[in-house]
This record gives sequence, structure tokens and C-alpha cells, in this order.
Amino acid sequence: MAFEGLADRLQSTIKKITGKGKVTEQDVKEMAREIRLALLEADVNFKVVKDLIKRIRERAVGQEVMDSLTPGQQVIKVVREELTDLMGTEQSKIAVSQKPPTVIMMVGLQGAGKTTSTGKLANLLRKSYNRNPLLVAADIYRPAAIDQLKTLGKQLDMDVFSLGTDVSPVEIAKQGIEKAKENHHDYVIIDTAGRLHVDEDLMGELKQIKETVSPDEIFLVVDAMTGQDAVNVAENFNNDLEITGVILTKLDGDTRGGAALSIKAVTGKPIKFAGMGEKLDQLEVFHPDRMASRILGMGDVLSLIEKAETQYDEKKAKEMEKKMKEMSFTFEDFLEQMDQVKSMGPLDEIMNMLPGANKMKGMKNIQVDDKQLSHIEAIIQSMTKEERVNPNIINASRKKRIAQGSGTSVSQVNRLIKQFNDMKKMMKQMMGGGKKGKKKGLSFPFM
Amino acid sequence: MSFFRKLKDKISTQTDQMTEKFKSGMSKTRESFTTKLNDLVAKYRKVDEDFFEELEEILISADVGVETVMTLIEELEMEVKRQNIQEPEKVKEVISEKLVDIYYDGDDASVEHLTMSESGLSIILVVGVNGVGKTTTIGKLAHRLKEEGKSVMLAAGDTFRAGAIEQLEVWGERAGVEVIKQSEGSDPAAVIYDGIQAAKSRGVDVLLCDTAGRLQNKVNLMNELAKVKKVISREVDGAPHETLLVLDATTGQNALNQAKTFKEATDVSGIVLTKLDGTAKGGIVLAIRREMDIPVKFVGLGEQMTDLQPFDAHQFVYGLFGDLIKE
Ligand SMILES: Nc1nc2c(ncn2[C@@H]2O[C@H](COP(=O)(O)OP(=O)(O)OP(=O)(O)O)[C@@H](O)[C@H]2O)c(=O)[nH]1
Ligand SMILES: Nc1nc2c(ncn2[C@@H]2O[C@H](COP(=O)(O)OP(=O)(O)OP(=O)(O)O)[C@@H](O)[C@H]2O)c(=O)[nH]1
Ligand SMILES: [Mg+2]
Ligand SMILES: [Mg+2]
Repeated sequence: MAFEGLADRLQSTIKKITGKGKVTEQDVKEMAREIRLALLEADVNFKVVKDLIKRIRERAVGQEVMDSLTPGQQVIKVVREELTDLMGTEQSKIAVSQKPPTVIMMVGLQGAGKTTSTGKLANLLRKSYNRNPLLVAADIYRPAAIDQLKTLGKQLDMDVFSLGTDVSPVEIAKQGIEKAKENHHDYVIIDTAGRLHVDEDLMGELKQIKETVSPDEIFLVVDAMTGQDAVNVAENFNNDLEITGVILTKLDGDTRGGAALSIKAVTGKPIKFAGMGEKLDQLEVFHPDRMASRILGMGDVLSLIEKAETQYDEKKAKEMEKKMKEMSFTFEDFLEQMDQVKSMGPLDEIMNMLPGANKMKGMKNIQVDDKQLSHIEAIIQSMTKEERVNPNIINASRKKRIAQGSGTSVSQVNRLIKQFNDMKKMMKQMMGGGKKGKKKGLSFPFM
Repeated sequence: MSFFRKLKDKISTQTDQMTEKFKSGMSKTRESFTTKLNDLVAKYRKVDEDFFEELEEILISADVGVETVMTLIEELEMEVKRQNIQEPEKVKEVISEKLVDIYYDGDDASVEHLTMSESGLSIILVVGVNGVGKTTTIGKLAHRLKEEGKSVMLAAGDTFRAGAIEQLEVWGERAGVEVIKQSEGSDPAAVIYDGIQAAKSRGVDVLLCDTAGRLQNKVNLMNELAKVKKVISREVDGAPHETLLVLDATTGQNALNQAKTFKEATDVSGIVLTKLDGTAKGGIVLAIRREMDIPVKFVGLGEQMTDLQPFDAHQFVYGLFGDLIKE
């Protein structure tokens, strides 16, 4: 059921244009269809998709095919650039009022994560900004909403202001701010009840709270799993309240999160934070560029490509690619590549970025063991130059010597050689040079 | 007999009150969908490619899901060709028929009933991701079952989320049923076990088990849930009699993953589709029915105790096409 990412979707189209010099209009048309489906499956609103596709088509046609990227990667790059543009830049600043306390109001649909995010935000304000927030319980409707906020307050050892459920939320908010002034809190976070964006009475109540306490920030809290309706929700809340930012929750799930794009497109307001779990320290700065990749469901191919581009010079990359294709890739190259790879970031992250890698059996949820990595390095370093270039000559006595020299065992040496050979085959496939055959469960030597 | 006539007959045999409730609760859903469909029909004089493209968009915007929509449109195109339909007006009928078809697939069972034990204790386990409406649904269900004359008990199996136990207790009070609980942080399986023992000794008809919300990709939490289910099966023969997955109508394509993973972990027997009183359409349940064959048993239409109605595909479609039928 896992939806195909864009990279997978584009496989067949890409094959056709590999080797051509330019991306033609027909190529783009075929790809546009796949891009559209990928975006819709990611829950991006269909109207937003329509606009995007139009722009992507205009941009992609006639592009030179760069040496460093396959045409498919190039189209993906264009798509991702468009998405990243739309998502905007990182904006995680929280307003600071000249006249404390700074007032933050949390709004959104039922169950989106407002109360939890109230606790998380308070935690963040204290931890990262050394602030002293007061939490205000203005949800008088949901059963035990006040208990919930009080429990969070207890967990954080922070004050929670409440007046029970018989006082109006407007009054609670107002008195909460008085209280904050009295007790020298520099921030006030008001938790409001979940409500439908079409509920006029309850939307009116929020407007009243806004008028009464003039918040410096109004955060719309949205569930990352939201579907096509996200545009209606965001539009209504923004029209009624002029929100200042968005908190996207439950991003620790496996949703593509296309709602992020929809919300940004219709409100123009930045998504500032991402909820990454139920715990109170699981609020992160939202990275628009990463979101773009996530929506496309391709791990982070582009940042891998970009990283690779800056790490290797063009010529070397070509050489390497050729070697992989011809299977003349040696332990020597491998060692060099391992250094490159290491300088690019944590290995499991890089593996996740590889297109198609997640499709191969045994490549899912890989865990890279750094200790093993150093073993591998030691083994290769104990090989002679000749052995590195031509592993076939490594016989039993050589293996013994290598094992001794590297402080490993013969079976570890054997395993590395076998995995190295498997990897060569896989690389060949990934570079598009191999025949389409059934893919065995392969693993990298360092896994 | 025409499809719409059949549909109308079907509905008139049900209590008007129920239909009204369903209709008014779904009015926003219906309005937007029906308005769009009417606009579509009015706009096009011919059934052509553009017509289908726009129809596709209408269905996509209802979160029906790309794959299901594509299949549906393909079938429609074929049907239109076969019957040589020229006017958009006529296509409406074929569309509704197709939607109901996904649901019933020939079987005309109307309301999906809850499975209960023939005699003795029935146990209903309620599962789902965070914030979808599990606890609220349990409150509503307790009320409903009590109205039917059954004795009901609740087990506070969400020992994790702040205020979850208190929330269930409020619902217990509202519905007038007992809540079995332990302190926050205790083992959910132990709470459920306690609940079962209490329900047995008090001779209760139905035990409703709340669980903490969990995202389906959290392996540990899904294992925990499987364990809870095992305890239930071990303690009572044939239990849980229902494992209800609660889905939020606002959720998009991820609901498919939810259904798949929760089914694997707990063998989900039915779905409760909540928050249908908003503008979201919950069309994804069609895809879930098509791909996993899990029926929707109830829909949530608000935050009050009485805002739970049995799902009925004919009514669901009637909700979507009600205005058209009246014409
Ligand atoms: N996994 C995960 N769960 C979250 C996240 N944020 C909130 N939740 C959970 O989502 C559920 C609903 O969160 P609440 O904070 O109660 O949501 P709310 O918007 O205050 O809900 P109402 O007040 O009823 O409208 C709870 O189970 C939370 O633990 C998140 O980022 N990740
Ligand atoms: N409008 C509307 N709101 C609903 C419906 N069902 C539940 N809610 C609201 O959704 C929010 C979350 O409901 P809960 O019952 O706490 O959800 P839950 O699945 O138990 O949440 P967790 O235990 O935190 O995972 C509450 O504010 C409910 O009042 C519904 O059918 N319509
Ligand atoms: Mg809340
Ligand atoms: Mg709950």
C-alpha cells in the first residue's frame, strides 16, 4: 500500500529519455502525468497540483540534460525546486511583544494537537529562549480538556491558569493575561477548544478572544495527515483570524504530508514548527525543503545529488559512474568513496536518500554500524594495492594475512569480499546499466 | 426499476428520523459534493474527455483516492460508451450506482450491525491514530448501547495521554456507565484485564475498551496493541467481538496505511468514520472498502453523545446525491 514516490513513478519514463540530449515536450508531458499522480497521492490539494504542474511543464521543456544528472533526476530537481519555492524558507521565529507578556493563541480543528503543542511550545520557549510562559486553559467544551493541560503543566512544572468550565473562554483568556502580568510571566499561551472552520458560533468566539487579548501570534495547528480539505480549513481560519503561522503535527507518522503545501499555497503563512511525537520535547523547527522531498516520497534524492555534486568534481563522478557500470569498481575506489560518503553525513541517512534503495529487499530500515565501518576500513587498508584493484586474487593465505593485519577474522574478510561483489552488481543496476532482473536482498558491506 | 427509485425506496423504509439526522449531519459534505456535481452537469452539454477530467477532480477532492478514482473513471467511461450515453444528466445515475457498488458489491445488506456475543459478555476494542475520536466514539457508543437496553462498562486502556482517563470518566458519567481504570502510566493490557474481570463479575453485556492513540508506523506501540488484543481473546471466547478502527474523515490517503497496518495488528472488523459534520468527505473509506474489504459501521457527526449514526452506503450516497434525487 505504500505509495510510490515520484522517483519510482518516473522510472519507466526516465528510461526512455536516458541518453537523449534534451528533455522534450513529450517527455515532460508523460512525466507531468506521473508528477500529478504522485502529488495527489501525497494529499496535495488538486488545485494546487494543477498550478504546480503548469509551472513545472513550462520550466522543464527544453532543458539541457546535464552530465551529472540523469534526465529523470533533472525533472525531479525542477519539481522539487518548485515545491521548495512554494514552501518558502525556514521561519521559526516566535514573536516577542514590546509590552510583555507576548500572547500566543492556539487554534484548529478537533484533535489536531493544540493542547499537546501548547505544552511543547511552552517547553521550547523555556528551554531555548529562557522564557517563563503561563498556560491558559480556554477549552471549556471538550471533556477533561483542562485536566489535560494541567497534567502537561505538572509534567513541565509550569503554571496553568484555569477558571473551570462555567466561565466564557473570552473571559478566561482576559483574566489569564492579567494573571500573567501579575506573576511576571513573559509569555502566555492560550489553548482553545477544537472547532470546525464552518462553525460560525465557535469561530465567532475565537474572533472575540482575538479582539479582547490582541495576540502577537495565532498558530493554526494542523494534522499532517489531513487530506484535500486542508485548503478549506486553512482558508477559513486564516480569513477569520488572520493567523500568523502554522504548526504541523504528527509528522512522525508515515504520511507524505501534502497538506503542508496546500496550506502554504492558500494562506501564504509560514509553517513554523513540526510536531514529531507525543512527548513534550518533540517539537522541531519546520524545514520546508525537507518537506518538499517528503511530499515527493523520494527520501532526499536531491539533497544527495546536491551533496554529491559539491563533494565530487564532475569528472571524478563520471569516472566513478563509468566504473560502476563496467563493474571495474575496486576496493581502492570503495575506500575513497567511503571517505566521500562519510563526509556527506550519517550513512543511514544517505542510504535513505538513494532512489530505489528503499525498494530493494533488505534495504529498508537499514541500520549502519559505525564499528563495522571501521572494521571494513581496516580490512581494505590491510590489502595490497594489487588486491584492492583485483580482489579475485585474494586466496586463502592472503585472507589470513589480511585478517591478521586488520585485527579481524577470515570470515569477516570473506563476508566483505562477498558483499563487495554483490554491491558492485547492485550499483550497476542502480546506475541504469544493468538488465532489469529480479533484485536479490543485497546489503552494503558496511551494514 | 431505476437506481434512484430503488435508492428512494430503500431509504423510505428506514426511520425518517434517522435519515434526517444523517442528512443534516452530512449537509455540508453533501452540499459541496452535490453542488459540484450539479455544476458539472450544467456546464457540460456533452460527455467528453473534459467532463471526465472534471469528474475526476470532484472525486479526488472528496479524498476518494487516486487509484480508486482512476478505476472508477475508467469503468464509467466504458459504461458510457457501452450504453451510448450522450447527456451528462444520465451519467449522474451511473456514478451513484458505481459508488454504491464499491460498497456492496452485489450484497444488499443495508445497515452494518455490530457483532455481539450470543450470550454473555461482548467486548469491543477501539483503536486508531492520535486524536481521531476514539474516546468520544466510546462515549457515544456507550450511550447508544444503553439506549438499546444493554448494560455497558468502559475500560480506560489509554494510560498514556495526559487527561485521557479523566476524559473517559466524564463520558462514563454522561452515559451513566461504570469506568474501570488504573493510574496513568500503568500497563494498558493490565487495565483491560481488570475491565474484563469486572465486567464478568458484574454480568455486564458489553465492555468497551479505549486505547491510546498511536501512529501505525510505531512498531512498539502496534505490538502493545496486539498484546492487548491477545489478552482479550484469551480471557473471553470469541472476543473481541468487534475491533473498531476510528478514522477521521479529514484524513487523506494516509487512512489507507492506517487501515492496512491496524488490520494486520488487530484484525480490524469495522470502521467508525468521525467528524463527518465538517466539510471533509471521508471518501477514502471507499478505497479502503475496495482494497481491504473493511466496512464502515458508524459515522460520527458531532461532539455530542447522540452524534453517532450507523453507516449505510445507500444513505451515504443519498447524502451525496440527495438533491439530485429530489429533482
Ligand atoms: N504522534 C504524535 N501525536 C501527536 C502529536 N501532536 C499531538 N499528538 C497526539 O494527538 C492527540 C490529540 O492531541 P491534542 O493535543 O489533545 O489535540 P487538540 O487539538 O488539543 O484536541 P481538541 O482539544 O480535542 O481539539 C493526542 O493523542 C496527542 O498525544 C505529534 O506531533 N505526534
Ligand atoms: N466535530 C466532530 N468532532 C469530533 C467527532 N468525534 C470526536 N470529535 C472531537 O475530536 C477531538 C478528539 O477526540 P477524542 O475522542 O479525544 O480522540 P481520541 O482518538 O480518543 O484521541 P487520543 O486518545 O488523543 O488519540 C475531541 O475534541 C472530540 O470532541 C465528530 O464526529 N465530529
Ligand atoms: Mg485540546
Ligand atoms: Mg482517547
